[in-house]
Amino acid sequence: MNLLLIGVLLALIAVAYQIGLSKSRNLAGKGNNSAKLHSRPGYYGALVALWCGIPAFLILLVWNIVEPNILRHVVLANIPANIAATLDQASIEVLIDRVQAIASGFGVSDQAAAYEIAAAQQLAKIENISSFAKLAVVICAALAGLVLAKKRVAQQFRARNQVEKTINVALALCSGVAILTTIGIVMSMFSEAMRFFNFVSPLDFFFGTEWNPGFSTSGNAEGSYGLLPLLWGTLIVSGIALLVAVPVGLMIAIYLAEYASSGFRSWAKPAIEVLAGIPTIVYGVFALMIIGPFFKMLGASVGLEINATSALTAGFVMGIMIIPFVSSLSDDIITQVPRALRDGSLGLGATKSETIRQVVLPAALPGIIGAFLLAASRAIGETMIVVLAAGNSPLLHANPLEAISTVTITIVNQLTGDTDFASPQALVAFALGLTLFVITLGLNIVALYIVRKYREQYE
Amino acid sequence: MSTSNTSPMDQARDPRASAELREKRKQKIASSLAKRHRKEKMFRIFGFSAVITGLFFVVLLFGSILAKGLPAFWQSSMTVPVYFDPTIINAGAKPIKKAGESPAHFQERFIAWQTEMGMVDWDALIVNGLIAKDPSIASQRDELGSLYTSSEAYRLRDLVLADPALIGQKKDLNILADANVDVWLAGNIDRSLPDDQQQLSSEVRQLADDLKAKGVIQNTFNTNIFTNPDSRSSPATSGLAGAIMGSLFMMLIVIFISIPIGVASAIYLEEFAPKNFITDVVEVNINNLAAVPSIVFGLLGAAIFIGWMHLPISAPLVGGLVLSLMTLPTVIITTRASLKAVPPSIRQAALGLGASRVQTVFHHVLPLAIPGILTGAIIGVAQALGETAPLLLIGMSAFVASVPATPLDQSTALPVQIFLWQGNELRNFFEGRTAAAIIVLLALMVGLNSLAIWLRKKFEVRW
Repeated sequence: MNLLLIGVLLALIAVAYQIGLSKSRNLAGKGNNSAKLHSRPGYYGALVALWCGIPAFLILLVWNIVEPNILRHVVLANIPANIAATLDQASIEVLIDRVQAIASGFGVSDQAAAYEIAAAQQLAKIENISSFAKLAVVICAALAGLVLAKKRVAQQFRARNQVEKTINVALALCSGVAILTTIGIVMSMFSEAMRFFNFVSPLDFFFGTEWNPGFSTSGNAEGSYGLLPLLWGTLIVSGIALLVAVPVGLMIAIYLAEYASSGFRSWAKPAIEVLAGIPTIVYGVFALMIIGPFFKMLGASVGLEINATSALTAGFVMGIMIIPFVSSLSDDIITQVPRALRDGSLGLGATKSETIRQVVLPAALPGIIGAFLLAASRAIGETMIVVLAAGNSPLLHANPLEAISTVTITIVNQLTGDTDFASPQALVAFALGLTLFVITLGLNIVALYIVRKYREQYE
Repeated sequence: MSTSNTSPMDQARDPRASAELREKRKQKIASSLAKRHRKEKMFRIFGFSAVITGLFFVVLLFGSILAKGLPAFWQSSMTVPVYFDPTIINAGAKPIKKAGESPAHFQERFIAWQTEMGMVDWDALIVNGLIAKDPSIASQRDELGSLYTSSEAYRLRDLVLADPALIGQKKDLNILADANVDVWLAGNIDRSLPDDQQQLSSEVRQLADDLKAKGVIQNTFNTNIFTNPDSRSSPATSGLAGAIMGSLFMMLIVIFISIPIGVASAIYLEEFAPKNFITDVVEVNINNLAAVPSIVFGLLGAAIFIGWMHLPISAPLVGGLVLSLMTLPTVIITTRASLKAVPPSIRQAALGLGASRVQTVFHHVLPLAIPGILTGAIIGVAQALGETAPLLLIGMSAFVASVPATPLDQSTALPVQIFLWQGNELRNFFEGRTAAAIIVLLALMVGLNSLAIWLRKKFEVRW
C-alpha cells in the first residue's frame, strides 16, 4: 500500500515537473525566448514538483506514524470489558496479534472466539477506511500543491530564488544531523547514567575500588560498582600501547621525513599506514592467536609467568595499531617546521641528528604532544583488542603480565548477554560510557587546540 | 663581555700561543667529530630500524593470518551416491491446500507434514550411500554415522521438501566431513594425545584415516564457507553467508544515509554557511565527533534506536544507522577537504558570468570535487565495514542460523562473526575458520581501498 502510494507520488512529481516546465516555456513564447522569464524553465518545473511532493510526503510520514496506534486502540475498544479485565499485558499483545491475523484473512489455527471475530471485522473495516482515506488525502495534497504552484508560475515569478532557498534549507538541515548525534550521545548517556545513579551513589561509583556488579537476575543493586579498577586497567593498557607506539612511530616519522629517499618514502609510508586501516577485531584475534602465546613462551623461557591474555599483550598489540597514527601525525608536524630553522642549524655546523634533536623536535614539540594526546584518546577508547586480549579481571594490581579489565571491556560485558535493560548491571554501562566520552573528549579538545595553535605559529 | 673577548685578543698578541690553542681546538673538534658522526649514524640506524619494525609488523600480521586462514578454505569431504530410498522416506504426500480451508489451517497441516519428514532417518541414506561406495566398511555403521557433519541429514530433508520427486532417485552429493574428523585429518590436533583427550574414538579415527588413504575422503575447496550461514550443531558447515549479507545491508544503509547527508552538510558548511557562532560550534562538534570512540556510538544505538524507538534488536537496520552516524564525520571532513581543494578562481569565474551561488556550487565546484568525495566516502564505508564494538552493544552478537532476507531480520556482520568464531569452544577447528573469515574481511577492505586509490589516481586534478 505504502509502496504503491510512493510510486504514485513519484509519478505525480514527475508530471508536476513537466507541467511547470511546459507552462514556463509557453510563457517564454515562441522561439523559447527564456530572457522573458525570471528563471530558467527548469526552476519552474522544480518548484512545482517541490510543492507537489513535500507536503504530500510529510502527510504520508505522519499518517504512517500515527496509524498503528489508532488501529491498536480500535482493537482494544472492541474487546468486551469483562474479558479485557482478565487479561494481563502479554496476553493482550497475543490477542491483538490474533485479531490482526483474522482481519487480514489469514485466520488462526484454532477456533476464534465470537468477540475476536467481531473485533476483527471492525478492525478490517477501519483498516479499509483508513487506507482509502490515506490514499485520498495524500493524493489530494499532492494535486493541491501542484495546482497552487502552477497558478503562481508567471514571467516575473522568482522561481530560482525559491528553489535555491529550499536547497539551502535542506543542506542546513543535513548539517544539523551531526549536532543531533552529539546531542543524542550526551542526552542518552546522561539520562541512562542518571537512572544508574538512582541505584548507586556517584561517590561509590567514581571512587570505589572494587568492581563486582553481580548479576541482573537478582534484580537489585547488590554488588560494588567501583570505577577505579577499570580506569586503572585502561591506563595500564594505554600506557603500554603508548610506550610501544610513541618511540617507534616518532622515529618512523623522523626517518621518513628527514632521511629517507623520496623513492623509499613513497612506498614505506603507505605500507605502514596499512596498519591504520586494519579492523580492530583483526588485531584482537592477532593478539589472541599469535602475540599472547608468543609472550607466554617468551616468559616461560626466562622463567617468568606471563598470561596469554594480559595487559602486556593487549597493550603491545594496541601499540602496533596506533604506530601509523603517531607516525603520520608527527610526520605532518615535522614537515611543517620551516626549512629556514634546519638550514640555520646545519649552517652552524650541527649534524643532521643534532639539528633534528635540538632544533626540529623542540620546534615541533607542541604539535607532537598534540599527536600523542590524540593517540592516547584512541587507545583509551579502543575496545575489541582489549576485549579479546586483556583477559577480564577487574582488580587493582600493577602487574602488566596479568589479566586486567578496562572500561570498554566492562561496557561490552554489561550490555551483552542476558541483561535486563533497566537493571543497574546494564545501566552502569552508560555511566562508564559517559566517563569514557568525557575523558576522550577532553583529550581531543586539548590536542586539537594544541595542534591548531602550533599550525598557526608557522603559517 | 670582557672574558669572552680576552682570548682572541691574547691570540692576536701572541702568535705562538694562538697556534697552540688553535691546534688544541682542532684536536678537540676532530675527536668530538668522530663521536658526533657516530651518534649521527646511530640515530639514523634507530630511525631505519623503526621503519623496518613497522613494516615487520605489517608482514607479521598478514603472514600469520594468511598462514592460519588459507588452509581453512579446504576441508575434508566425500562424494556420496545417495539413493533416496522410498522405504526409508515414509512420510505422507505433500499436503495441498483444500478449497475453503483458511490459510492458518493449511499452514498447520503443512507444518505437521514437515515435522513428519523431519522424523525420517536421513542418516541411513548417507550411510547406505557410503557403504555402496565401499562395501568393505558395511560392518561399521555407527562409526560411519559420526564421520560426516550432522547438518547433512537436514540438507537431504530440505532437498526432498523442495522437490518430492527426488524420492526413488539416486544423486551424487558432496557430503562434508565432521569438524572433528577434519581437524584429525588436517593434523590440527596432536595425534599422539591419549584416547581420553581425543574428540573421536579410536575406531572412527582409524576409519577416517583408511577412507582418506582410499580417496573416499578428500580435501576439497570449500564453497560452503561462502554459501552457508553460521551453525552451532554442525560446525563443519558453518559459513559466512549470513554475516556477509548482514554486512551488505549495513553498508547499503551507510551508503544511502551517511554519504548524502555527509556530502550535503559539507557543502553547506564549506560553501553556504555564514561565519558565525553556530557554524563554529558545528565545526568543533564534527571534529570531536570524529574522535569519539566507536563503542560510544554503540551505546547511543542501544539507548536511542533500541531502548527508545523500539527498533528490532540484532537487525542490520539498527547497525546500519549506528555505523552511518559513526561514518558521518569522516565523510564530512573528507568532502570539505576536497571542496576546499577546488581553486577559488573556478567559483569566481562562474559567479562573474552571472551564476547564482547554488548554481556555482552544483554546476562547477561539486563536479570537480567528486573524485575526492568518492575516495573519502569509500574509505568511510571501509571503516564502517570493519567496525565491531558498536554492533556488539546493539545485540548483533547473537547467534543467527539463517541468512537475513531484509534489513529488519536478525543478523550478524562479518567482523562480529569473527568475534563469535574466535570464542567457539571447538578451538582446533574454529581457529582456521576465524582466520579464513578475517581473510574475507581483509580482502573486501583491500578491494575497497584499492578502488579508492584507483579513483584518486584516475580522476586526480592538479591545479
